[in-house]
Amino acid sequence: MGALIQARDLRRTYRMGGMDVHALSGVTLDIEAGAYVAVMGASGSGKSTFMNMLGALDQPSSGQLIINDIALHERSADELAAFRNQTIGFVFQQFNLLARTTALDNVGLPLLYSGMATKERHARAAHCLEMVGLGDRMDHHPSQLSGGQQQRVAIARALANNPRILLADEPTGALDSRTTQDVMAIFDQLNREGITLIIVTHEDEVGAHARRQIIFRDGHVLEDRR
Amino acid sequence: MSPLAAFGTALTALRVNALRSFLAMLGVIIGVAAVITTVSISQGAKRAIEEQISSLGANALMIRPNSSSRGGRRGGFGSGTPFSDADTIALRDLPYLAGASGTIGASGTLVVDGINWPSDVEGVDADYFDIRDIIIEDGRAFTQAETEARARVVLLGKTVERELFPYGGAIGSSVRINNIPFDVIGLIASSGQSSGGRDRDDIVYAPVSTVRSRLSGFRYPGVRDPVNAIWVEVRQGYDVETVTAQLTDFMTAQRNLRIGQEADFVVSNFADFIRARNESEKMFSVMLAAVAGVCLLVGGIGIMNIMLVSVTERTREIGLRLAVGARPRDIRNQFLVEAIVLCLAGGLFGLAFGAAGAYGVEKIGEFAVSIEPMVALIAVGASSLVGIIFGFYPAHRASQLNPIDALRYE
Repeated sequence: MGALIQARDLRRTYRMGGMDVHALSGVTLDIEAGAYVAVMGASGSGKSTFMNMLGALDQPSSGQLIINDIALHERSADELAAFRNQTIGFVFQQFNLLARTTALDNVGLPLLYSGMATKERHARAAHCLEMVGLGDRMDHHPSQLSGGQQQRVAIARALANNPRILLADEPTGALDSRTTQDVMAIFDQLNREGITLIIVTHEDEVGAHARRQIIFRDGHVLEDRR
Repeated sequence: MSPLAAFGTALTALRVNALRSFLAMLGVIIGVAAVITTVSISQGAKRAIEEQISSLGANALMIRPNSSSRGGRRGGFGSGTPFSDADTIALRDLPYLAGASGTIGASGTLVVDGINWPSDVEGVDADYFDIRDIIIEDGRAFTQAETEARARVVLLGKTVERELFPYGGAIGSSVRINNIPFDVIGLIASSGQSSGGRDRDDIVYAPVSTVRSRLSGFRYPGVRDPVNAIWVEVRQGYDVETVTAQLTDFMTAQRNLRIGQEADFVVSNFADFIRARNESEKMFSVMLAAVAGVCLLVGGIGIMNIMLVSVTERTREIGLRLAVGARPRDIRNQFLVEAIVLCLAGGLFGLAFGAAGAYGVEKIGEFAVSIEPMVALIAVGASSLVGIIFGFYPAHRASQLNPIDALRYE
């Protein structure tokens, strides 16, 4: 039994306009359980592609990716759905909350797909909202919340199923510096409590929160600082 | 995701886009309303025809003289040489007939204790009630002896009874018809309103001989004991059409017509006539059903169109749902349930509007309609089926989206 995340010669090739574009060209690395990792690099360096693969949102063209002893490269669509539901929590730059849906129901969405009963689901979603300090905003719609609050709802949603790994793709990209600090404080706290945290960012201050920085360029790992 | 949760999710999505949901439903609403209205109208017409047939007596034939012709001037239908009681008696001996009755129509004013009521007086033989399936509710029909003796006995229709004996006690009472006293011996069960709006209960029956001699004064030179027409009943097990031909031959001989000479009488089978008319109405209702089916199809295409738009517009939502753990089949079910809910709701609204439309037609057009639960069930079932069929393709497309492509969709 190896590291929590094991990537072996991970490649991803897109065909665009008759040309092959190598978004990832052979990435090999391990991430241990409980790590706090910042994935950095210029846009087009492959960091987001790598992140999407960790979240099973995208599939490698070749190579192996084993997370939590699950070989993602050889799993069916339903098994990947269960993996996204149970093992991973994903936080997006644009929050991606459902409009005209309460914070409580947004947070409860992953629980809906894990088949949790309504009453239990509401209790669990409320608990997650309290963890991010939004216990008094449960019935608000996203349009009634500030950007920072919306991102905290999104974090609560990512935490709903108690995942081992939290993936955040530019989570502070749409936030100002003060709310960025609030959100990063939540991430720091979650990592201290034991969750494995991987953040894609191009901001050095955000990267500095992590204990390990992996820097991508042209689809390769350029630097791996610990 | 549980079915209940899928239903809740669908309902929320439809409520969020209430106007568009309604517009998407409109096609199905109109389709189902059209089905319900048209089928109810044609069912009502069919039922009215069935009632008419049964009121005529299912196996009854009527024989009446043709128009007369004197020196090139033709009289009206039935004005030719009449039949007589002798013809009726001869017909009774035929093996393929169960009964025969001469009829003479007359009218008269009935008076009881200062109350008067004008009505039709139909002179008939005792067989007539069986031939026409007329039910004697109370009392009895007249006997052969009474017919021969020109007895002054009478049976009253429901309307006449109600007008003359509002407090009951008709049977055994005496009624004066054109100042001649008659004994009421029976009451006829209601046969309801006829399609022409004529009240078929506004009638009284008396022996044909009595009506001829005392009320109508019906006479015809050279014919002893004439009658206007003769009704006969085809015996069970005999083919009505064959009997009609045999009757024509028999009456031709009875009236001493030469072979090949044009018959001066007509044997009519009303049930057949009505059934033939019913055939054309059946064609009509098939066409109406086809039009309604096309409406439903158009409604279904409308649903598919809206669902495709909805899937495209909500691509990011689909991406997010996939990212938090929705399986492809969860996405497919969500959109399928939305389409079914749309169609089912459209079907129920259509049912309500269709029923209202049918009753409107009944009120305005004085047209009998009949909404059958089975038809309603089929219409609503068909609309849900339309939802499944036309909702499946958009739902399947939604479920096949790649999570990351869907999330990035602009």
